[in-house]
Amino acid sequence: MTLAPSTVAPRKRSAMRAALSWCGSHVNIVIGGGLIGLIVFAAIFAPLITSADPYAQNLMATLLPPSWEHPFGTDDNGRDIFARVIYGARISLLEVVLSVGLALIVGTPLGIIAGMAGGVVDTVIMWVMDVLFAFPGIVLAILIVSVLGPNLINLLIAIAIFAVPVYARLSRNLTLGLKRMEFIEAANALGISRPRILTHYILRNSVGPLIVQSTLTAGTVILSAASLSFLGLGAQPPIPEWGAMMSVGRNYLGVNIWMSLFPGLAIMVMVLGFNVLGDGLRDLLDPRK
Amino acid sequence: MKAYIFRKLIALPLILVGVSILVFIALRALPGEPARIMAGPEATQEAVDLVTIRLGLDRSLLEQYLTFAGNAIRGDFGDSLRSRLPVIQEIAERVPYTLTLALTAYLLAISIGVPAGMIGAIYHNRWPDYVVMIIAIMGASFANFWLALMAMNFFSVQLGWLPLLGANSWQSYILPSITLAVLPTAVIARMTRSSMIEVLGQDYVRTARAKGLQVRSIYWSHALRNAVIPIVTIVGLNFGSLIGGAVVTETVFNWPGIGRLMVDSVRFRDYPVIQGVTLVAVFGVVLMNFLAEMLIAFLNPRIRFD
Repeated sequence: MTLAPSTVAPRKRSAMRAALSWCGSHVNIVIGGGLIGLIVFAAIFAPLITSADPYAQNLMATLLPPSWEHPFGTDDNGRDIFARVIYGARISLLEVVLSVGLALIVGTPLGIIAGMAGGVVDTVIMWVMDVLFAFPGIVLAILIVSVLGPNLINLLIAIAIFAVPVYARLSRNLTLGLKRMEFIEAANALGISRPRILTHYILRNSVGPLIVQSTLTAGTVILSAASLSFLGLGAQPPIPEWGAMMSVGRNYLGVNIWMSLFPGLAIMVMVLGFNVLGDGLRDLLDPRK
Repeated sequence: MKAYIFRKLIALPLILVGVSILVFIALRALPGEPARIMAGPEATQEAVDLVTIRLGLDRSLLEQYLTFAGNAIRGDFGDSLRSRLPVIQEIAERVPYTLTLALTAYLLAISIGVPAGMIGAIYHNRWPDYVVMIIAIMGASFANFWLALMAMNFFSVQLGWLPLLGANSWQSYILPSITLAVLPTAVIARMTRSSMIEVLGQDYVRTARAKGLQVRSIYWSHALRNAVIPIVTIVGLNFGSLIGGAVVTETVFNWPGIGRLMVDSVRFRDYPVIQGVTLVAVFGVVLMNFLAEMLIAFLNPRIRFD
């Protein structure tokens, strides 16, 4: 049966109205998601957005101010800053995915095991987590990088290590709460195996809060990675990492501010996006609302 | 309350022991021979042997750790490979600079963040609230070294109003402390706002209003006093992130604190200094957190610590 056009149009309108109303009541998700969407778009379609090579040097066109040819100007090696900022989005997203992913993969099982096992296992795991948590993130990362050596991969490992306790604590608390729920007791009574309870019951019900935490941690990851690269302890030039770009730009204050200005604004947009999106997701998934 | 303090007092040394083990292991995990690295790249074999004996690297790992921990308790972190001065002396010279910078930034953050949060709460869901919230969200999204570079470019290079680098006068404090204060200001403003909104909806505030109390008295004496616990929590427990921020800020402004000392030490692979600074910084943060928790427990006897 086909619907008459007269009934399709009001349905479309009401769906659109519902979508608009949802966006209106979830402004944070829309703004945050929009900003992150913009960054992801830039990272994926970088070659379509700019034809300039982020690594190509032109010593005849160094330290130029913004122009039609170079919208963000050029750096000390004549490289196009706009292209470097756009391609830098790939590095920043890589930092987020790898560091947050690694922290999630290590921290979540540790927290769940601590919460389920209790006793000595719980005490030992949480003691290690408390020790890691006692370090200011940057200080722990600097210590790790000083041992492993300063490069992008070691930087990501260092950041992941300082983020592990966040996920371990969160998943432990969630496990402790879920453990007392009736459906877990029922699963136990039905003789469902422990690994299955962990993966199918505990982990599945922890996904929401873990996603919110990952979004909120992403902002910290970007700022920490950029800070360490800025200090010369992370990504090394000529990689178009935003913090590393500002580290070079620092030597040209008063001569060329663009080298520092645009990468910093890109960091701000990305961190703002993740923070606002995280706030929105937290509100959306908050069971009290 | 007593049980809570007792539990915390037991946990404190355990954390400190854990931190010292981690720092100890980090040095032993260095690729290559730790004694050669510690003695420096140009050290003779005798010097390397001396370091081996001094650090007890020829002994068992447990003995090595106990020696390391014993020395650390006495404040003996060895000598800097760069300056050849005792590490503790280098740290002692730098700590006052970091503390004064951190303190100035915190005072700034509290004196701006608390009133801003109060304005947000008082004008909840009206334009002053939106302005405060937008500024607070933006403030939490800036990289502090980027703000530092922009401020240096504008106020020091372009206008020439403030010193560019170093800690030579009171004017030298202005840019680093403002830069360092941005993030805590944003966090404190958000926390104050949300705590005040909650308190302003309580019955006793409504009663105070109904009794015809002055608006100023309601906000300052009734609402803020009860919203102070979350604010103290956030201020006390964020000391670590302030120290983390100081590492970057000090490096940008060439500030002679322990943060810059640490970064310089990594560049020169000066491991005794890295080890010493890490231990001192983390111990400081752990103690500050402990004091903050005690203060929170003291301020709010209703808190159930279970």
